[in-house]
Amino acid sequence: MTPVVAVRDLRKVYQLGDTEVAALRGVDLTIEPGEFIAVMGPSGSGKSTFMHIVGLLDAPTAGTYAFEGTDASNLDADARADIRSRRLGFVFQAYNLLPRTSALENVELPMVYSGVPEAERRRIALEKMEIVGIAHLAKHHPNQMSGGQQQRVAIARSLVNNPGLILADEPTGALDTATSLEVMRLFARLNAEAGITIMLVTHEPDIAAHARRTVAFRDGLVVGDAPNRERAA
Amino acid sequence: MNATATLRLALAALVRNRTRSLLTMLGIVIGVAAVIVTIAIGVGASAQVQTNIQKLGANLIVIQPGSITAGGARSGFSGASTLTPQDGLAIAALPGVAAVSPLVTLRTQVVAGQNNWQTSVSGVAPSYTFIKSWPLASGRFFTQSDDAAAAKVAVLGQTVIAQLFPDGSNPIGATVLIKGVPFTVIGTLTPLGQSGMGQDQDDTVLIPYTSAMERLTGLTTVNQLMVSAASANVIDAVQNEATTLLAARHRIAPGQPDDFQVRNLQSIAQAAASTGAVLEFLLAGVAAVSLIVGGIGIMNIMMVSVSERTREIGLRMSVGARGVTILRQFLAEAALLATAGGAVGVVVGIAGTTAIALAAHWPTQIPPAAVVLSVAFSALVGIFFGYYPAQRAAQLNPIEALRFE
Repeated sequence: MTPVVAVRDLRKVYQLGDTEVAALRGVDLTIEPGEFIAVMGPSGSGKSTFMHIVGLLDAPTAGTYAFEGTDASNLDADARADIRSRRLGFVFQAYNLLPRTSALENVELPMVYSGVPEAERRRIALEKMEIVGIAHLAKHHPNQMSGGQQQRVAIARSLVNNPGLILADEPTGALDTATSLEVMRLFARLNAEAGITIMLVTHEPDIAAHARRTVAFRDGLVVGDAPNRERAA
Repeated sequence: MNATATLRLALAALVRNRTRSLLTMLGIVIGVAAVIVTIAIGVGASAQVQTNIQKLGANLIVIQPGSITAGGARSGFSGASTLTPQDGLAIAALPGVAAVSPLVTLRTQVVAGQNNWQTSVSGVAPSYTFIKSWPLASGRFFTQSDDAAAAKVAVLGQTVIAQLFPDGSNPIGATVLIKGVPFTVIGTLTPLGQSGMGQDQDDTVLIPYTSAMERLTGLTTVNQLMVSAASANVIDAVQNEATTLLAARHRIAPGQPDDFQVRNLQSIAQAAASTGAVLEFLLAGVAAVSLIVGGIGIMNIMMVSVSERTREIGLRMSVGARGVTILRQFLAEAALLATAGGAVGVVVGIAGTTAIALAAHWPTQIPPAAVVLSVAFSALVGIFFGYYPAQRAAQLNPIEALRFE
């Protein structure tokens, strides 16, 4: 099976004034279809940079990155945008919903850019909202919803293009413990039932424990990669 | 993404920020409305000037005495007393001349019973009403035989009637004393209103020019010859022929200055029209500046909007919007704002023009081209001033945009 993500000797160097900062210093990692992987590490470990490159929001300085078998190391901004629109889903810590816009329209947004016809958009959006359990909130605006509900809207939004990979960046960072647990169970269910590949970025071991596999980053390198023997439920 | 989808995105974003969108539009609304109101007033005013000049008379050529030199001192125009009614008869015989009337003017006291009034008394020929396109309100005008007999008959303008017959009695048949000489009123003139120069044209008494010369001025010369050309096309020809004829009649040696001056109203009309055009340009210029200020307002708000919506832009990019898609959306927002503002401005401008026309009784005209141009211009202003902020939005780095607080 073609891996969803295959990176070899991935490097990223940032230029901060006169000094060069190496955020990734040679990362090798493969993510197979259907995996639920947690990327852990303290701040400055390079895990966010790694997520940005895997999410095609940024390009590596050196090394190779194949996404779903296609070389994605040297794509320009437009080509990366096109792949994001068709094959990737994002869930952010701050939900990033459009304000004063209904949940339904928020969920439809990625399909606006991938050119799905309007009636089709509505049908798919409602279907995904049903899956994450917020179909009844379709007409609500973000400011009328709790944090957990808003994050579910964001998750439904990440599902609408049937992505090959969902990238979840600290998705529970703004939520209380009980709601965090609900959101993580939702991810686990999407992974287990729909076989959706998920890459979770977090610095909390409790949250990482919901994934099937944990990769630890430190100083721009992978320092640990192991399946989770005792998964949280 | 196609244009419709882009417009819908832009529209949705504008509706989300309703108040801000309306406030941004305000600048353009005021700019376009100002353009339309000023142009409407300017065009209306010059149209009225044109009409007034038409009212002065159809294809009118005016011959006035020129300057004379007496003891080394040169008088101005009309200083010479050289024009005679015989000059007028000679000109009337020229081809292309429809009518000629001498004009003898004096200001004097006119008395009717207990009332008196100082007014302008004009001695003219029967053709005067035709030359001036000035119909009578009642009674009759004088005839060739009145002229021949230097008859003591008078036709009164409406202002004079109001002053001399304040009780509203019928002036026809009444006797008025002009400079002490009794004249019988045989007709009244329709009201003509103000002349282009602001004179009350109805403040006048018309009498036969022969009567004016023999009974009032005692002179053999006239103040003016009014010549009506048969059509606008022959005005220049008639003007040249009349000049040649008069020069011969007055024995002006070649190279010597004429002792008369021939002018036509065409040149006055052109002067007035060009004054009006300058005024229109001036007003439209001021209005255009306000449109540009409105455009800068759009740029201002779009800049604020781009930084305020940085996270939104980051999100749109992360879910697959290309830079150019973001650029188009913001450009479409600016263009929509400006066009909608332009459309509202047209409505406000037309309403404002109507209000001014009603309140101030000013003549106004809204040329359709001005409406089309101002809306097109405001859309251009929106695109021009919207481009820079849109470009800034499109060049945002999605990662930094998403992190923006």
